[in-house]
Order: sequence, then structure tokens, then C-alpha cells
Amino acid sequence: MAVIPDLRVRIGALAMANPVMTASGTFGYGEEFASLVNLARLGAIVVKGISLEPRAGNPPPRVAETACGMLNAIGLENVGLERFIAEKLPFLKGIHAPVVVNILGDSIDDYQRLASRLQMVPEVAAIEVNISCPNVKHGGVAFGTDPAMARAVTEAVRAAFDRTVLVKLSPNVTEITEIALAVEAGGADAVSLINTLLGMAIDIRTRRPRLANIVGGLSGPAVKPVALRMVWQVARAVRIPVVGIGGIATAEDAIEFLLAGATAVQVGTANFVNPRATEEIIDGIAAYLQAGNMASVQEIIGGLRS
Amino acid sequence: MAAYQKTATVSRRETLGEDIFRLTLQAPEIARHAQPGQFVMVKTVAGSDPLLRRPFSIHQITDDDQVQILFKALGKGTRLLAGVAVGQSLDVVGPLGRGFSPPATSHVCLVGGGMGIAPLFFWASHLLRSGRPMEILALLGARTREELASLASDMAQLGLSVRSATDDGSLGHHGLVVDLLADLGPEPGWSVYACGPYPMMHAVARQCMASGRPCQVSLETMMACGLAACLGCAVPSKAGAGYLHVCKEGPVFAAEDVAWP
Repeated sequence: MAVIPDLRVRIGALAMANPVMTASGTFGYGEEFASLVNLARLGAIVVKGISLEPRAGNPPPRVAETACGMLNAIGLENVGLERFIAEKLPFLKGIHAPVVVNILGDSIDDYQRLASRLQMVPEVAAIEVNISCPNVKHGGVAFGTDPAMARAVTEAVRAAFDRTVLVKLSPNVTEITEIALAVEAGGADAVSLINTLLGMAIDIRTRRPRLANIVGGLSGPAVKPVALRMVWQVARAVRIPVVGIGGIATAEDAIEFLLAGATAVQVGTANFVNPRATEEIIDGIAAYLQAGNMASVQEIIGGLRS
Repeated sequence: MAAYQKTATVSRRETLGEDIFRLTLQAPEIARHAQPGQFVMVKTVAGSDPLLRRPFSIHQITDDDQVQILFKALGKGTRLLAGVAVGQSLDVVGPLGRGFSPPATSHVCLVGGGMGIAPLFFWASHLLRSGRPMEILALLGARTREELASLASDMAQLGLSVRSATDDGSLGHHGLVVDLLADLGPEPGWSVYACGPYPMMHAVARQCMASGRPCQVSLETMMACGLAACLGCAVPSKAGAGYLHVCKEGPVFAAEDVAWP
């Protein structure tokens, strides 16, 4: 008689009932999916990235479909920190899943101020730091592409926030393990990866780019092999937990990331395609463990055979 | 607002013209909660290519609580959908978005262009059932008779006056459906509802705003989720520098809330 497997995992001080989280920017502020998903079952909800001030986002078109994936250049549209706390957080308080707030800024000071304010909000279980944004004060180079800047942002958030800090890595770098090691040294409790891959599509009829922003972030099943490779590399390089993201749509996809060394996963674009994806993945991981007579998800994390 | 994700069996598939199809879907929860002007997101094929669902305005809710969509097979997704047979099932999410608001006047004019005619059927039926005394006129446009004939006759069967326009003159007025708005005369008491290609809606909106007629438009954009999560379906808002989201604040907007070019 098979026992119900133990799906619990920990990311720093963040204890989750299972390793399945939502990816920032694909699940709104949770409320958008309330009638389609049992939110209480989620390992954690990572909300749409928040900046100090509201952002209007980019002009349309903002999204384009590509083979087995999509490009987006939303432009980090969000309600801003104070409206998030006043208008969005009250709903999230009631759902019994940990809330992770993704933050983004133009400067190290922005990140520090966001983290300081969220430190005062006890319902925020963790911060995820989006370091794929350009550092406006340093010629627009993305924080996440320079180890020293990535470390400096991490240190600033770490100093201001005493709960769990995840740093979300950009794949648009030559050596992602260097960045991962830098943020680990900066005090991150975990790294999550990958953010979207920079891409482009052209309408050959009009000869115009299909996104008003010309370039955008590629996501969906198309990016999964790249993401899995990077998660595997980073998991071998760092000692902190790794959260795998990138094209995860099924339990099989999620299990691949866990085997590659991820302690948890985030489901992103799949939420658009199949709003029930997260719940199906939780059930599928449990079924996989049960079928293999495994008592705990810990038995597959990093369980890749070579 | 409650939305449902349902596996809906296709109970009927009709061809209404070259590449124009109407599918009837068994999705009673969605049907019972649907409001005219709302939409559904349909996965046209299992798997990852094409990856995203396609938005379709709800064309009609049948008397036995089935959901109808109307579309032209143009791209990869709609061509796959056109090939779906009766008895097969589709994954449908809905009802989504904000639909039409009731008219403030007793004269209602529906303006539809091409597949934009789709949601006007549900809206017309709803208005007729409301029992309010009103005059409803439908102005329908398409490229050819082939595209328009059967939709125009279905619309007339609902019991309202229909006038047609075609680009090639093969049915009704030879020209744009917008030209037919002149037939409304100087009477300001018309509430206008428009759905169709963007230039058509822009022209209708401009005329209505100039003549002080209330006008609602149903907009269409590229959309990844339909759930206000991706924020991909932005259109410039008249108010300030921000954007409206077709899936959440729309797809139906008051013409004056949209920043037209």
C-alpha cells in the first residue's frame, strides 16, 4: 500500500508544502486565477514584479507567438509598491500559500528601498529579485549580466530584508554560474533561473518587428532544454537551493528540473496555456513518487544519474 | 467574476462561407454565466504548436446552453480549429472580460465588419429578449456576398432590420459599412455598438463622438492568456499615459475611453 509522498521542500526559511511555485509575470497577483486554480495548494505564489512607482509598460504589440513559445516585451507594467500592498496583498493574505514578491528597479537604491518596505509587511514570505533590469546609473547594463553588480544588488536586498531572498538570474550571459556564485556570495538564500531568453520575430509581410519593442523575452516549451542545462550547471556550482524555471508545462518537465538539481520549480507561460498546470504538476509529481515507491520528493532532487 | 476551464465537446460544425465556420460547444457552465460581449479562450490543438489559446468572442448562446464561436480560418490556430470534427472536444476557458453595457436610448444600431459580426448575435438576442421596446438596426459589412450572405440572413431571422455592405458590391451597398451610418439621419437617440476591423471601429467611433451618440466598441488584440496575467493585450488609454487591457477592462470599451490614432 503506497503512502502519500512527502512533497515538502525548503528554500532558505521558506517552507513550502510542495515544490511548485508560479513564475512572476504569469500569474498576476493571484486573484486573476482564483476561480480556475485552488491557490491554497500552491507551494508558493510569486507575484508580478513590483517597482517603487507604478509603470505603464511598453506600447503594443507586446506579445508574439513563436514556435512552441512566445515573445513578450510587456515593459514591467505594474501597480507599484504601495498600491500592491494596499490593493493586492489583502487578497493574497487569505489564500494560505506563501507569497513571494518579485521586485525590480533601476538602481541599487531602488532595490534596497523595495526590500526595506517589504520587510515591514509580515505577509511577504520571501523576495525574488529580478536582476534582468538595466542599471540606469551604469549605462543601462543589466544587473544580472555583471557579477559585481549582481552581487551588489543582492547585498543591498539582503541587508534590508531578513526573510528569504531569491535572486532570479538572466540567461542572457556567457557564464551563468559566475553570476550564481556572485549572488550566493552576496547573501542570497536561493537562485531561481531562467528568466526569458532575449529574442525577436519579424512579420515578413510588413517587414516590421512583431513587437513594438523590437526584441523581447522568449518563454514556453521552446526554452526548456536551455533552462534545464543552466539549472544543472548552477546546481553543481552553488551550495544554496536552486529554483528551476523555463518551459515547465507538465509534471515530467518539473521532475527533469528536480533531477537536474532544482529544489523547487516555477511554472510560467504554461499558466496562460493551461490555467490548471500548477495543480496538475503537483499531482503528477506525487504520482511519480508513488509509482516509484519513494516517500519524499527529496529522493529525486539532484538525483540525475550519469 | 467566475471563469471556468472546461473540456467542451463540439456538437455542431457549420460552414457559413469560404473558410468561415461556426462551432457549437457543450460548455454549460460557461454558457450560463456568459454575458454578451464576453469572450472565451480556446486551445485549438493539444500540445505546444501553436502554443497559445485563441480568443473568440461569444457568438451566441443557444437555447440549450451551448456556446457558439464564429471564425474565419486564416492562421495556423484557426485552420486547425476549422478541422475539428463533431464529437471531438476542445479545452475552453471563459467567460472572460467585460461585455456590452445596456443602451441608454431606445434606438440601437449594431455595426459589424467581417468576423466582428460574431458577438453582435448574442447581444441582439439579449436585447430582443429583454422585452424593452426598442428599434434595433444591424449594419453588416464584409468583403463579398460569399462572406456575408448567410450571416446577414441569420441576423435578419433574429427579427431585426439588417442592411448590408460589401467591398465588391455583390451584396447590399457597394462600399464600407460605415457609409450606412448616414442612414440613421440626424436623430441623436441611437446607441451604437461596433465590432470589426480596427479602421472600421475607428471610423464608427469618430462619427459617433462627433454626433454625440453613445458608442461602444469591441476590440481585438494579440492576447496570450485572456486572464489579465500576461498584460500583453494593451491598448492606449485616452486617460493619461497608461494602457487599457482588452481582456480585463474590455473587450468592450466606450469609444471615448480609447486613445484612437
